[in-house]
Amino acid sequence: MTEPVALSIRDLRLDVAQSGHDIVDEITLEIRRGEVLGLVGESGSGKTTVGLAVLGHARKGVAVAAGSVTVEGANVLELSGKALRHARGLLVSYVPQDPGTALNPALRIDGQVLEVLRTHGFGDNDAGRRARLVEVFSEVNLPTDRAFLRRYPHQLSGGQQQRVGLAMAFAARPSVIVLDEPTTGLDVSTQAHVLETIRALASLHGVAALYVTHDLAVVATLADRVAVMYAGRIVEQAETAEIFARPAHPYTRYLVAAAPEMGSDQELVGLDGRAPSPGARPVGCTFALRCEVATAECRESFPAVEAVNRSSSHEVRCFHPFAVPERTERRGSAGSPLTRSPDAALSVRSVTAGYSRLDVVHDVTFDIARGECVALVGESGSGKSTLSRSIGGLHHEWTGEIVLDDQHLAKSARDRPVAQRLSIQYVFQNPYSSLHPRRSVADSIARPLAIAGADKSDIRRQVDRMLDRVSLSSSYGNRYPDQLSGGERQRVAIARALVSEPQVLICDEVTSALDVLVQAATIELLVDLQRDLGLAMLFVTHNLPLVRSIAQRVAVMSEGRIVELGTAAATLTNPQEEYTLRLLADTPRIPDFAGDATV
Amino acid sequence: MSEGPDDHVDVKDGGDVDDGADLTDLAVMSDLVVMHTAGADDEVVSPANPGVVRAALGLWRTRLGLALVVALVGVAVVGPWIAPYGPGEFVGTANLRDVEGASLGTDYFGQDVWSRFLYGGRSILFLASVSTLIGFVFGAAIGLVAAYDRGRLDDALMRVMDVMLAFPQLLFALVALTTVGPKSWLIIVIVGVTTIPRIARITRGATVPVVERDFIGAAEALGESRFRIVTRELLPNIIGPLLVEANLRLTYSIGIIAGLGFLGFATERNAADWGLMVQENRVALSVNPWGTALPAIAIALLTIGTGLISDGLSRTVAGIDRGRADA
Repeated sequence: MTEPVALSIRDLRLDVAQSGHDIVDEITLEIRRGEVLGLVGESGSGKTTVGLAVLGHARKGVAVAAGSVTVEGANVLELSGKALRHARGLLVSYVPQDPGTALNPALRIDGQVLEVLRTHGFGDNDAGRRARLVEVFSEVNLPTDRAFLRRYPHQLSGGQQQRVGLAMAFAARPSVIVLDEPTTGLDVSTQAHVLETIRALASLHGVAALYVTHDLAVVATLADRVAVMYAGRIVEQAETAEIFARPAHPYTRYLVAAAPEMGSDQELVGLDGRAPSPGARPVGCTFALRCEVATAECRESFPAVEAVNRSSSHEVRCFHPFAVPERTERRGSAGSPLTRSPDAALSVRSVTAGYSRLDVVHDVTFDIARGECVALVGESGSGKSTLSRSIGGLHHEWTGEIVLDDQHLAKSARDRPVAQRLSIQYVFQNPYSSLHPRRSVADSIARPLAIAGADKSDIRRQVDRMLDRVSLSSSYGNRYPDQLSGGERQRVAIARALVSEPQVLICDEVTSALDVLVQAATIELLVDLQRDLGLAMLFVTHNLPLVRSIAQRVAVMSEGRIVELGTAAATLTNPQEEYTLRLLADTPRIPDFAGDATV
Repeated sequence: MSEGPDDHVDVKDGGDVDDGADLTDLAVMSDLVVMHTAGADDEVVSPANPGVVRAALGLWRTRLGLALVVALVGVAVVGPWIAPYGPGEFVGTANLRDVEGASLGTDYFGQDVWSRFLYGGRSILFLASVSTLIGFVFGAAIGLVAAYDRGRLDDALMRVMDVMLAFPQLLFALVALTTVGPKSWLIIVIVGVTTIPRIARITRGATVPVVERDFIGAAEALGESRFRIVTRELLPNIIGPLLVEANLRLTYSIGIIAGLGFLGFATERNAADWGLMVQENRVALSVNPWGTALPAIAIALLTIGTGLISDGLSRTVAGIDRGRADA
């Protein structure tokens, strides 16, 4: 830690240009050469806004109100025009979230990287720049043969595209690099390799990296230090090991408690509500509204940044550091030893599914007992979605048998009798597209009952009961989806699925669009509902650590086949198949920092 | 699909004898919205879609457009009652600038320009509105069905639309009108039918992304009927772009019908009709410009008005002027 400081942000404040409400305020950060700082926060916390400000960029409608961003002695915020363009790439560079849209699809990849070098006057001639191109490509572990360099972005895999993004960012040897969730869309094995590359390059070239993400596990494996953002403020900042071992801010504690862990079957603890948005922030601590340990003091003034003790670099903004919110404390075990009823609620026998002549699911057989949750895990393209859609009657091109209650199911939902349709229900991945935008919450939940032919007063009663069951007040019935947060929408989707009292519930990546606290709250809810209602549940996910918090058994899918099927505990701690082993090894996890924890 | 056109024609007729305000096509369109979103199913009292129309009315361009349209529709509807003379009444010598009792002079036939102007708007407004409505209803239905089917029916329907698009609208109208003669019903049919493929294409384009969203999958998993999915799940979600297109088509219909009038195919000879008036009086432009200018200005303002309304609607749908804070 004797390296000089490469990036220094002082009291940065950015406002909504029109209203003057702050989006982020009092942001103070330092990153040394070769250091990776993880900036963690929920969506809307302002972390991307800070990341872009480092490049001297404010999105449309956002204005820099105060503060400085100093890179190698130059205040980026004071630059403009040519000087700013020059700074971007040479001093600071940026790796965006989605490499697929960040690369120009009409240009070959070597041309795009060379353009960066040429723009910044890197090297003396084209031969020199080309040499640098080859060098940086090999640094990010991309092939350097001519055929590869002449490819277009669409001829690359997602991981390769992101590596090209990294190569462009590192090409001109910048001092600071901002990475905005660069691995979000990637499979775990690809993600693991990309993270490794980032870490290696940062320390090799002494680049200060600001890694913006919502994923604690990624931060735990990658970052040297972590800054936690909530509602536009940095609430805690410390060394990575320190922050996981001794989280001081209650919000950080909630984040850690909500992060699923592969090694244990602890319950996830979620937290309802959402962070206040710009203009609606309270006078006091922004987290006070959701905080269990908040006192009158917290509601009256915002705590200043203070070091936890004199010698450490651990800083927190809280009047009650190290106070333990009760809910994070009473975490129990999620994977209750299941008394598996012998009769299967749903049997899938030799199902092969595909699209016209291409099969993506091959000869899959498994069953789900009443009251059991089976997790179906696999990387994208493994066929898990096609399989679950076939069971739900949304995908029609399959052969084999799917048996519900001794009845063979027709291929398409439309050909199944009403009772069968209602007893298999589906919750979709994206709560932003699974609800009819112009239909009220109550009407959406009421549809399955109306199809079943229930009468109006009965429907009304059932809708209210269901809203209550998913912890939404009955006033939500009159709202429309665009008035709800992502987590609330997913609750409505769950209520709609369960209102007809189904036997089988299929959850297709239901938490992947949600923030970690909301994800945990949603999982809590699903676990409760599944136990109480004795549901047979198929939980499709690519998030391996989640599995033990919800499922009793797990089926691992690869290339359309189930390669391993067993209890969640056994499979995830002692996998028998090489594929599962590899998948587990690549999954980022929060290491056990608790060894030196003395709270 | 079959109940649609009748309903709409009823709305239309009601507006015609009514006070004028109903005749504004925006009002007709918003009736349409309410009908489709809150119609058939009485259990759902849904305030579903005041959004687009109300938000669009907040824009100056929509208001100006609406004001122009209301004013001209007012002229067309109320005009005949306040006209000093009949449409075919002689008040003096032809092409006079100063005639007692005829403030804007006489036309090529010695008829009162002002009175003929007041009479001449009804037919063009009526023909344009009804034909656009026909195109709108059938076009929207075809586009929705094609987009939802996405199979052979889609291919078949859209190829038929392509064939229809291959006929130039104006030329097709001229051929039909010279064969059969200048009949109002024929104009309605031709302009309506040639509008269908244009609206169908837009509808299909707007519907395809909606079909791919999960709530349609959710409706299918529940086993909702195809008819219900098209009318209750898809239609309410594309009504915004559809309104824009309908308004734009109305603008074109006015232009075409005025053009046909100018060429003498819209009505009987010497009938009071804005398009025909422009043609009849243009030789006397230097003597009494009002005979040509008045109807020409009216047609221009009417198309500008409907154009501004479509512009306002489309800006609202696209969210261009929405000052929405990032939440």
